[in-house]
Amino acid sequence: MKAKIKVTLKNGVLDPQGKAIEHALGSMGFSGVNGVRQGKFFEVELAETDKAKAEVMLKQMCEKLIANTVIENYAIELA
Amino acid sequence: MNSAVLLFPGINREHDMVLALQRTTGKTPHVVWHTDTNLPAGTDLVVVPGGFSYGDYLRCGAIAARSPIMADVKAKAAKGLKVLGVCNGFQIVTEAGLLPGALVRNADLKFVCKEVRLRIENNQTFFTNKTAQGSIVSCPVAHGEGNYIVDAETLKRIEGEGRVVFRYVEGTNPNGAMNDIAGICNEAGNVIGMMPHPENMIEALHGKQDCVTLFESLLAA
Repeated sequence: MKAKIKVTLKNGVLDPQGKAIEHALGSMGFSGVNGVRQGKFFEVELAETDKAKAEVMLKQMCEKLIANTVIENYAIELA
Repeated sequence: MNSAVLLFPGINREHDMVLALQRTTGKTPHVVWHTDTNLPAGTDLVVVPGGFSYGDYLRCGAIAARSPIMADVKAKAAKGLKVLGVCNGFQIVTEAGLLPGALVRNADLKFVCKEVRLRIENNQTFFTNKTAQGSIVSCPVAHGEGNYIVDAETLKRIEGEGRVVFRYVEGTNPNGAMNDIAGICNEAGNVIGMMPHPENMIEALHGKQDCVTLFESLLAA
């Protein structure tokens, strides 16, 4: 079973990398870019075949390691 | 005063820290490998030194914070063991949940390696008790992710409880940290984390010896 995990910064947490990308896009001539937020994307391959069990495990993985819930949100998608 | 210095793959400041502890406490610290599951018996102080544990993969300090030795550090810190995290060590103890908040990318995206000035905001801790409240020390910083952030409510609480231990002197904040915070302690005061490197400002060769008093504080604690 394959899972996709998206980790994004919480609202209000400054993202200087996103800001730098936003500025670069502007200087390249892309107008109308109102904001860029950078995040992380993970693909996790699991031996587990039970979807419900996989979801529980993935949630724990995110809470315990993959995301820092002080500053980040995560979203899990199971294929 | 028995100290231990933790060693993770990618840490590179452990020798400086061992020397600093040796010179000030007169005892050689145990260097403890990350896969060990127990600190040496009788350890009074654990120092998590600086460097780039696990190449800063995922988030600075994230993987080291989940290593076997940290489980013992966390359990013993809850019972009063003194823990000092410096630079990557601050990131590790914060990722481990021993201190509130997080350390994120410097606001201007640059790695900073320079001398800053720190004001002692709380001289009642195990690492500042030989310093004068409000006094200022010079200390080097060397980091790319030292921008301390925390939610508004917790910030108010740590400020109100005097848990900001070190603050960058106005105009010298090198990373955009909230309220110019350079170092904090936990509620009980037995865990301290700081981004600057006091172990690199203690002998003539360092140019200044401003941070000797910090290490001397360990003896009185």
